[in-house]
Amino acid sequence: MTERTIIETHGLTKEYGPVTAVDKLSLCIEEGEVFGLLGPNGAGKTTTTLMLLGLTEPTCGTATIAGIDCTRNPIEVKKITGYLPDNMGFYPELTGRENLRVTGRINGLPEDVIEKRIEELLKRVNMTHAADKKVGTYSRGMKQRLGIADILIKDPKVIIMDEPTLGIDPEGIRELMALIRELSEKDGRTILISSHQLYQVQQICDRVGIFVKGRLIACGRIDELSKQLESEGNFLLELGAGPCDDRLEGILRGIDGVKDVTKVGEDLFSIQSGADIRNAAAQALLDNGYRLLHLHQRGNDLDEIYRRYFEKAGENREDGKHKREGGRLPFGNWKKVWPFDKRKKA
Amino acid sequence: MTSVKKLELPAIGKELGKGLGFRKTGRESGGGSGSGVPVLGMAGSSGFRMLFRKELADHLNSKRLILIFALLIVTGAASLGGALSNLRDVISDVDSGFIFIKLFTTSGDAIYSFVTFLAFLGPLAGISLGFDAVCSERSQGTLIRLVSQPIYRDSIINAKFLAGSVTIALVVFSLGIAMGCFGLIFTGIPPSIEEICRILAFLLLTWVYISFWLGLSILFSVLCRHAATSALAAISVWLFFALFMDLVASGIANFIYPTSNIAGYENLLKNYTLNLGLNRLSPYYLFGEAAATILDPNVRTVNIVSQEQIAGAIAGYLPFGQSLLLIWPHLVAMIAFSMAGFAVAYICFMRQEIRA
Repeated sequence: MTERTIIETHGLTKEYGPVTAVDKLSLCIEEGEVFGLLGPNGAGKTTTTLMLLGLTEPTCGTATIAGIDCTRNPIEVKKITGYLPDNMGFYPELTGRENLRVTGRINGLPEDVIEKRIEELLKRVNMTHAADKKVGTYSRGMKQRLGIADILIKDPKVIIMDEPTLGIDPEGIRELMALIRELSEKDGRTILISSHQLYQVQQICDRVGIFVKGRLIACGRIDELSKQLESEGNFLLELGAGPCDDRLEGILRGIDGVKDVTKVGEDLFSIQSGADIRNAAAQALLDNGYRLLHLHQRGNDLDEIYRRYFEKAGENREDGKHKREGGRLPFGNWKKVWPFDKRKKA
Repeated sequence: MTSVKKLELPAIGKELGKGLGFRKTGRESGGGSGSGVPVLGMAGSSGFRMLFRKELADHLNSKRLILIFALLIVTGAASLGGALSNLRDVISDVDSGFIFIKLFTTSGDAIYSFVTFLAFLGPLAGISLGFDAVCSERSQGTLIRLVSQPIYRDSIINAKFLAGSVTIALVVFSLGIAMGCFGLIFTGIPPSIEEICRILAFLLLTWVYISFWLGLSILFSVLCRHAATSALAAISVWLFFALFMDLVASGIANFIYPTSNIAGYENLLKNYTLNLGLNRLSPYYLFGEAAATILDPNVRTVNIVSQEQIAGAIAGYLPFGQSLLLIWPHLVAMIAFSMAGFAVAYICFMRQEIRA
């Protein structure tokens, strides 16, 4: 497949009074890729998607989808773009099938095409069994699947999803991720996912953009981002050793290249360093008669990358307090929306 | 993997330009739903038609409409019964013409006339059709889904107002015609052409009047986040106009032109005119005055006239055209009120940012 830019923004800016929600965003998304726009709540992700759909006028800058200006010609953009908001709503008194029919008609599709597509799509999202029940009786996961069928009715080239995994059980998320991957690979659709659930997005995105306070602070493939960080000399080592006594921290600090040592658990330390110190640390521990319990070089998972970019962007000061409370997560409030944290540690 | 060809777009200059007729999208997608399907170029207007049909179907199927219709039918029947029992006394008075339309204006011993009922309960019908028009869609999350479809945003609110207005027309005209039919059966007096014209003009007036309340309630539904707030706001405006406007108007008139002292005699006319003018700001009063005029050919004027102006006038009925001329300003004012209410709702809706 030839890579071609389909979504493009130049210096896109949105100000709400004194607050800058999106600050000079310049982004290129290739045709057929899955792009993850990642950032905490209130980073400006939704505002960006609204500007891409022409639902909000940017203060300055331009956004185009397939060469069409999103602000000047939103109707044409919306013909080829499907948008799945984070709490997609349906008319509760209509059945799933009727809701899809309404969307098809609004898009001006002929009736026979609508019926054919509804049948296909219901099968595809595995909703045929509930198609003739009223949407008011649906669960959140069912609504989400119906939402995906709903945006596919108009056969869009570009799909924008806002927090698609919010409030869905792990099994549902797995199915959803498989479906998103399929939409990209099999149908060749371009998919833009905005999310703060890094772990899930990591699995399916070709590229990610890290978005903090309206600014895109990093953009690229996940392995590229992690390499880039390492080359800048930012390593994070998780190290467990015993017996844990007063001397241990001093020894760790004495290792060449160590910048900072933080005690994060009973006998667990987090070591920041300018180089790969795994061998040196193991050596130092053995020489001093300690037992090495745990050694893990962090940096390949997205939340780590994210955290470090976040630190780089100078957000450290504000969130230091939260970091102590919330363990390895950069925000205290992330704990509530982060179902995998405990599981990964266990 | 299939190659995705670039979508060919017609040369469209401005956002309002739209291609007419069918257009083939030069796009084929493997595995996806039907490929190369002709897509209607005028998605904007098909969106409006579709939304209008959906809104109208929603209104006609809603329990709310059945409830309102039942309420109006019951009050209509009650007022008709009252009018029938009192009709004999009314006719035996001076004038014996235009008996049929007296069914609408005559009140019973313990019951209001049909016109009074409509003036009072009509707003309720308008409010109940519009108070949750926009905010319920917003809280359901269907509004964001609608605006992310290729339709013009104004078609959403236009469709809502128009569908509500058409529903009101259906209710008002079917109610009026049903009243007329029952009246015909019970009295056995056939209406003249002029009476029919007067009744139709009255129903038209009622339609505009209730549409004003629809526009107002849609405005509140755009402004308020919750349907309950919007309903309360609309109902408080309704009650203010129906119950308190009169008190406020006379209070202000008495304050500016007191009529208590000797000097009060000077002020009598001014006081009355100001009171009337203030009252006419209320659509409730306007409707009552206009309905009384159009349904009663004896009403020759809606303003105060002096003895010398009336001198030499021959007692008789006003022709339909002249009655219509008399209430023309009322009708125009009410249409203007409705349009103003809807226009404000429209502007607010277009400027609102819709977020999920």
